Amino acid sequence: MTRISITVDGIRYDDDVEARTLLVHHLRDRLGKVGTVVGCDTSNCGACTVLMAPSAPSEATAERASQGAQRPTSGAERAAEQLSRAGAAVKSCNVLAVQADGTEITTIEGLAGGDGSLHPVQQAFHDRHALQCGFCTPGMILAAVDLLTENPDPSDTQIREGIEGNLCRCTGYQNIVHAVRDAATALRGAEVAEPASAVDGQMPGTPQAPPAVPSEPESVPVEAVPRPVP
Amino acid sequence: MTTVQERPAGEVGAARKRKEDARLITGRTMWTENITLPGMLHLAILRSPMAHARVTRVDTSAALREPGVVTAFSGRDVADTQGSLPCAWPVTEDMVHPDHPPLAVDEVRHAGEAVAVVVARDRASAVDALASIEVDYEPLPVVLDMEEALAEDARLVHADKGTNKAYTWVFDSGEAGTGQAVDAAFAGAEVVIKRRYIQQRLIPAFMEPRSVVVDPTGDQHTIWSATQIPHILRVMVALVTGMPEHKVRVVAPDVGGGFGGKLQVTAEELIAFMAAQRVGKPVKYTETRSDSLLSAHHGRDQIQDLELAARRDGTVLGLRVNLLANMGAYLGIVTPGVPLLGAFMYNAIYKFPAYRFVCTGVYTNTTTTDAYRGAGRPEATYAIERLMDELAAELDLDPVEIRRRNWIGHDEFPFDTVAGLTYDSGNYEAATDKALALFGYEELRAEQASRRASGDPVQLGIGVSTYTEMCGLAPSRVLGALRYAAGGWETASVRVLPTGKVEVVTGTSPHGQGHETAWSQIVADRLGVPFEDIEVLHGDTRTSHKGLDTYGSRSLAVGGIALVNACTKVIDKARPVAAHLLECDVSDLEFADGAFRVRGAPSDAAGKTIADCAFAVFAAHDMPDGVEPSVDADATYDPGNFSFPHGTHLCATEVDTETGRVTIRSYVAVDDVGRVINPLIVEGQVHGGVAQGIAQALFEEAVYDSEGNLLTGTFIDYTVPSAVDLPDIVSDRNETPAPDHPLGAKGVGEAGTIASTPAVINAIVDALRPYGVRDIRMPATPERVWQALQGGARS
Repeated sequence: MTRISITVDGIRYDDDVEARTLLVHHLRDRLGKVGTVVGCDTSNCGACTVLMAPSAPSEATAERASQGAQRPTSGAERAAEQLSRAGAAVKSCNVLAVQADGTEITTIEGLAGGDGSLHPVQQAFHDRHALQCGFCTPGMILAAVDLLTENPDPSDTQIREGIEGNLCRCTGYQNIVHAVRDAATALRGAEVAEPASAVDGQMPGTPQAPPAVPSEPESVPVEAVPRPVP
Repeated sequence: MTTVQERPAGEVGAARKRKEDARLITGRTMWTENITLPGMLHLAILRSPMAHARVTRVDTSAALREPGVVTAFSGRDVADTQGSLPCAWPVTEDMVHPDHPPLAVDEVRHAGEAVAVVVARDRASAVDALASIEVDYEPLPVVLDMEEALAEDARLVHADKGTNKAYTWVFDSGEAGTGQAVDAAFAGAEVVIKRRYIQQRLIPAFMEPRSVVVDPTGDQHTIWSATQIPHILRVMVALVTGMPEHKVRVVAPDVGGGFGGKLQVTAEELIAFMAAQRVGKPVKYTETRSDSLLSAHHGRDQIQDLELAARRDGTVLGLRVNLLANMGAYLGIVTPGVPLLGAFMYNAIYKFPAYRFVCTGVYTNTTTTDAYRGAGRPEATYAIERLMDELAAELDLDPVEIRRRNWIGHDEFPFDTVAGLTYDSGNYEAATDKALALFGYEELRAEQASRRASGDPVQLGIGVSTYTEMCGLAPSRVLGALRYAAGGWETASVRVLPTGKVEVVTGTSPHGQGHETAWSQIVADRLGVPFEDIEVLHGDTRTSHKGLDTYGSRSLAVGGIALVNACTKVIDKARPVAAHLLECDVSDLEFADGAFRVRGAPSDAAGKTIADCAFAVFAAHDMPDGVEPSVDADATYDPGNFSFPHGTHLCATEVDTETGRVTIRSYVAVDDVGRVINPLIVEGQVHGGVAQGIAQALFEEAVYDSEGNLLTGTFIDYTVPSAVDLPDIVSDRNETPAPDHPLGAKGVGEAGTIASTPAVINAIVDALRPYGVRDIRMPATPERVWQALQGGARS
């Protein structure tokens, strides 16, 4: 057994895990994060996709030293901290729980705002009927969030390539591509219009969104991506 | 015949966003695998690594000593009590029907068959302990090829049956009196097109792996299962296990896709049931994807020998179909009947006068086949649509023209077909005209000609597919005539709560189709209740005690009528209540725009709503004598006929003649699925259906090696298409209302899958016809296309 500390959707969890335990099983079976699902056993389907961000090294070390004591960070500070770095999409069946030690994980359950308002990608999936059975949806949405963090203004081809690692059997992907395109517009609009509202988790942009402002991909800060508010 | 009732603009027809989404996009979904009960144990299944072997010894004693293991057992331990998995469709009186034990006892007959199980405190302990189970297998010869299986000296899948033939089922229009004798039609033919097409084996590959939780509490057993058929499962568990039906509750919570693949009573469900009974604790089993691909039922896998007779003017005279259908090693719930659903569809939209269909079901040492999206109809449609293209090529006619010369005109409905069905309605001309315009057919033909002339290494091909299908399974009397064990009715209840909110209970069991949304739209219009005030309950036999579940594009086509009828009954029950409240005579009342008003009163006059009536019967202080204090109602509806959606799909492919690579350049689908309740949902069904049909044409095939090992046992090898593999399609609709449906709806769940496979293959063959290619074996991978170009696969 190895002691690990992972922050999931803004809550810190310290647990002893077997070396062989996969992150997805840790999330589901131990932490009750059953919004993240398992669709295959060969890392092909992407249903288990979550966002994973490394904690600042000094912080992780400090936490380890403090023997699991709760971090005295306020909600606002935590939100700001989360916004300061984007998590990358990982297939959580392809990560050992011990490898996730010291990281911050965002699952589908932590994507909406604290007041229950949807993330723009969630909203776009709903608006565009980009899901049917919904089993691939959590992973698909998180893969899309990651894609839009990397590339805020992707072409349809880039969207298709960006979600290539996530299989959907119901939709034929067409509405998913459209949803991601809409979410990209909404997120860029949010950044230009009122980034604060996005941070609050309110729905920016639709349908009264200002027209998308062409922008240098590099110039779009990750703040444009709303983060869970604890 | 019911008349289609014109309704004012309302919820029906609106692109309502789905109610279901709220939980699905936030990760608050109740998948079976998410269920954890107090004291719950976990089940792991040891599966046969061999396709055919005698099981001479199973020793579970070492597994029992592993940490956390509660019990372990094999088929032999439960041989006398486990019963046999059901097949509800013995298609002929003399069908060979072997026992299908949930756990193999003395013999395994396909790779992946369940042999022994472990129940332990957690999943990892259970899986670990499987390694301690000792099994001795004595290999037996395998038979995989259907034609070899039917040879006289064939190795037998079931030695005690003496044959690998399950049944032979024949339909002959001459004998049935639905048309002419087929031999006479062929005698008069000027052209005969003879082909063999292979419907490769597919795997439904729903995204949510199957999962089951069984909770024995006292003498009550609750089964949560990722199934399409909770109601059928409950009946079958009662019949197979002897457990009284009222002691069994089945719940299909949120279910992650099915496509026919979860239309099954599975070995795993029965095994979990046995295990839970044995330990007296809740037990959960969730399959891995590898388990799923190996052991959940497969689809298609047919060899089609076809002969089409025609005159040189293109008039089709008759069709002979000789089908071999692979059953796999055992029969699933509707395995033998799947090809028969195709039997009624080979004549498609055409009015040729003679037809003979012979189907032989064959056992092999492979995973059982059963329903997969379309179930028999995609195979039939593929065959006839490929043949029509071949006939067009033979006669040097445009493939659209050959269809025009043979299809049923819009003024010829209702039309009695050579296969014995009565098509209710349709307008093939209109759908085709719209599709041709959207596609830019003439322009693409011109481009094709110029690319042919210039010898472009990338050739353009155009594929036409005009289809119809039978939706709304099914009139019970038809099912009875086909020897199916159950009926085809559907049921609905509408409960109006005291505050005017409405609960709708449906016997259908959605797993992605959006019934909660669509049913709410229907009820909102009927009762004049806000969409938001309606809750749709499904999939739990405690709430919905009766139903025949969701498959065969039946939910709206049959369940929708039950729902409309239940709403009508609610209005009828509320009428005397409203008359009482308005102090008028019942006969003076009319119900419109959500309220009862005295006939002739202006529409803005105060009336009594269904909610008013529901509150009045809740109090029931002064109900007149004889008025039941309830406005709730149930209805069960048995359809008089199938419904027949149709459409025209056109596909343009670019085929690289140097590499064999196929790219779909454009795809147009014009479907006529009758009146649309929710265009958003219909469009989604078309998109997904087309994607699965394209997948059969280009990507997917379940492959066994010569020993019967499944080579495509993971998503690495079984290539479900990803977003980069599929095109955007253009989809549009015509609406010819179904005359037998009060909403005019027909059904849409399978249409895209049925239509798209031949559209794609016709396009590839069309591109390569100048090179002498007349067929491509599916899936049309670059290698297969290239081989065909080398002459390897010319027929």
